[in-house]
Order: sequence, then C-alpha cells, then structure tokens
Amino acid sequence: MIEWLLAPFVYDFMQRAFIAALIVGGLCSTLGTYVVLRKLSFIGDGLAHASFAGIVIAYLRGGSFWIGAAIATIVTALGIGFVHRRANVSLDTAIGVLFTAAFALGVFLMSRSSRATLDLQSFLFGSILGVSRDDLFVVLGLGLVVALVIGALWRPLLYTSFDPIVAQAAGIREGSVDNALLVILALTIIVSLQLVGIVLVAALLVTPAAAAAQLTKRFIPMMLLSGVFGVTSSVGGLYASFQLHAASGATIVLLATLIFFAALALSAARRRQRVL
Amino acid sequence: MNAVEVRDLHVRYDRLEALTGVSFDLPEGTSLGIVGPNGSGKSTLLKTVAGLVLPSAGTVRVQGTAPRRLPPGTIGYVPQIEDVDWKFPVSVRDVVTMGRYPRVGPFQRFSENDHRAVARAIEALDLGAIADRHISELSGGQQQRVFVARAIAQEPQLLLLDEPTTGVDAATEDALLDLVRGLVADGLPVLMTTHDLDRAAEWFDRLIVVDRKILADGVPDEVLESGAYAGIREHTHTHGHRR
Repeated sequence: MIEWLLAPFVYDFMQRAFIAALIVGGLCSTLGTYVVLRKLSFIGDGLAHASFAGIVIAYLRGGSFWIGAAIATIVTALGIGFVHRRANVSLDTAIGVLFTAAFALGVFLMSRSSRATLDLQSFLFGSILGVSRDDLFVVLGLGLVVALVIGALWRPLLYTSFDPIVAQAAGIREGSVDNALLVILALTIIVSLQLVGIVLVAALLVTPAAAAAQLTKRFIPMMLLSGVFGVTSSVGGLYASFQLHAASGATIVLLATLIFFAALALSAARRRQRVL
Repeated sequence: MNAVEVRDLHVRYDRLEALTGVSFDLPEGTSLGIVGPNGSGKSTLLKTVAGLVLPSAGTVRVQGTAPRRLPPGTIGYVPQIEDVDWKFPVSVRDVVTMGRYPRVGPFQRFSENDHRAVARAIEALDLGAIADRHISELSGGQQQRVFVARAIAQEPQLLLLDEPTTGVDAATEDALLDLVRGLVADGLPVLMTTHDLDRAAEWFDRLIVVDRKILADGVPDEVLESGAYAGIREHTHTHGHRR
C-alpha cells in the first residue's frame, strides 16, 4: 500500500514534475488574485495562445522553446496594453484580435513547414513528465523573477487594481505598473505551459483565486488562500494523474474546479446561515 | 508662492472644447471653490490639475512643476463618483491605508509615521467604529468619508475635491466643512468644485465661476453678488438642478 502511495516519487522525472508543479501552482494562483480582481481572465487565455507563434518559430529555426515563447508572449502582452491605451479599442477587443492573430501565425507557419513533426498535443495540453533538469532551472529562475516583482509592486498593483484613477493622481505610474503586471503574467504563463499546456493555463490563473474570493473579503487572506488552493490543485492533481493514468494538466484543472465548487457551496451555505 | 498656477488652459475632448483660456492661481494655504453648471468643465479642470487629463494648450503647474512630474503622494484627489468595484476585497481601513502606498517604496515596510497618518485620517473622518467593515457595507456618506480619509492619510501637499458634498447628509457636509477649514488653516491648499453656492463663503477664501471659461474670480461674496453668479443660478435652474 505504502509502496503504491509513494510510487510516483520513485522516478526522477516525477520528482522534477512535482517541484515544477509546486512552483507553477504557487505562482499562478498568487498572481491570479490580481488577474481575477482586474477581470483579466481573458488576457491569461490570450497570452497562452499567443505563445504558440513563438514556440513554432523557435522550433522551425531550431531555437530554444523558452526564448521563443517568452518573446511572443511578452510582445503580445505589451502590444495589448499599447493598443488598448493608444487606440480607441476596448481591452477585450484588443486581446481578441491580437491573441487569435498570434495563434493563427503559429498554425500558418507550422502548416507550411515540411518538418511538421512538432508535438502539438504536448503544447496544447502540457507535458509535465518531460520536464528536464534544465527546464526546472528555467522554471525556478523565471518563478523567482515573478515572485520578486510581486514582492516589490504588490501595493501599487493593489491600488491600481482597486482605483486606477486616484492612484494615478497620487503619483503611481499606472501605465508602468500595468506593463509590469502584463510582463510577469506573460512569464508566469510560459513557466506554466509545460505543466498544463496552452489551452488550460487560464484555469490555473483564475480558478484558485476565484475560489478564494468566495471565502474571504480581504485581499491578503484571498492571496494566501488562492496560493494554498493553487498548490493543492497542481501537486494533488499531478499525483492523482499518475495514479489514475490520466493527463496531468487536465487532472490539475479538474481538481482546481472541484475546489472552486466546494468554495462556492461553502460560501452559499454561510450566507444562508446568516439569513436564518 | 502659488500651490497651483493655471495659464491659458485649453482642454479638448475629441472636437469638443471643454475648457478654453482658463487662468487662475491657488496660493499656498488657501481654499478655492469652483462653481459652474453641469457640463461647464469643473471636473475636467480638477482632473487637469491632477494630471489625469492633458491640456491641448496652456500650462498647469503644481508647486512650479507639471502634475505628472511631481513626487508620488503630492496630490490628493477625491473624484465626484467613485467608480470602484464595491465587491473588491478591502475594508475601510484597507482603503484608507492605500493613501500611504504612493509614499512607500518597493520592499519597504510601513513606518510608524505611515501607521500614524492612517490612524489620524480614520479618526479625522470619524471612521473608527466602522474601520473593519467591508466597503460594500457603507452608506453613501460613509463611502465619501472613506475616500476623503484616504486622501488625508496620503498627507498631500494639494487636495482636490470634486463635489464632495453632493449626495451626502447634512451632518457629513458639516463635518467635511470643518475638516477642510482645519486643513486649510494648517496650510494645505484646497481646490474644490461644488454646487452649493449658498455656503460658498464658509468653504472658500476665493471663488471662481467656470463655464468652459472663467466668468468671475474673487472673494465669494463679491462673486456671488456679481452678474456671473446670477447667470449661473438661472442656468442651473433651467437645467432643473438642485437649489
């Protein structure tokens, strides 16, 4: 029995996968607090899709997956911010236009290539079991960068999320704070791609924070709770996927969704109690 | 020295000229009221001084500097309508605490001074009893007091208030008046828009009447007796405004 329980931890690749899951789950859910409060869910999804163009270009030119994804995602993130601020285009329209364009570019380039052996499925749905030692270092490094930026900017991020106009009048550079958020969002998404894949990344950003929002009316508790839910989902989901012989990304997202509905039920029950 | 100097200011929204050729000064430690009918550009004028709207021509100087180049925390701004998400996970105290954020650097902890400023602002606006309430649980007057408290906690060097007395009860209005008079007496320059012509002399050292351009500028009693005031009053009535 114990042997069965510990089975996933015996393999090197699983150990690496668990470390990656821990980092990614924590990062996504912490940053996800801002994503949910700023109603940026759609951006998370958009940036993930945009990374595809970079991945394909990197693959065709024999470059690094990480650098290709990073360039495509960050350029799209800043492009969305720029188009939104400068042109008279609403944010969701800017995202809708730019992310589908970037994804289409990826598909276009791949379809014209004779080396169309790129494992599409592993990018769309994640391939956590293929995390190499080098990958792990990249995940760790980018994770540290994101954590540092959140540590440095959490107050201006909070102020501009709540009341951007007054924050700006008070001298907080709203544009720079927004851009910083978009860049760390892009980095977080890249780091998460191997774990859950392009299609499912948004869930890891949104679902734990949305669950936390059901249970608390204060910001710091929401962020901490979201972190707990995120790590529980990613590590627990990875473990379950191994035992159930199921796809890791999908299992992780389903576990996060389960937690969300549990939080929803708990919050509804609490409200009913107050009414009675 | 003047806290605010506005010279030949023009502001354009698309093709609409919201302000044209506006000039005035706000000396340090004085209060200046801005009155005018709806759509007269009062709020735009405040936003331009706050650096939120850029002039199409002319200059705005706050302490001799363009508003956007000021050190963080210089301008405290309380908008007319707080367009915030009332479900946002913050308490009254959290919102007031945000007033200090522009003054606290990255990785820096809150100093004694920061905590004191928050406590003083909560006390000044009489929010102690509801400090731990969530913002969704407040009345209109309480909401307004929270946002004024946040601006006070910031310890700004210029306070901009956009119709702070609209939609609040008489007690809140009196409390705000006392507070603002006290702040001005302590040397804080205050620029404020209002509909309340009757009490303008209580609030302000000087009054300007604005309807896209400046129609009058002087001590409240003189301005109110002048024709500019009558014009506004008539205008306000024909548009079915209160008073």
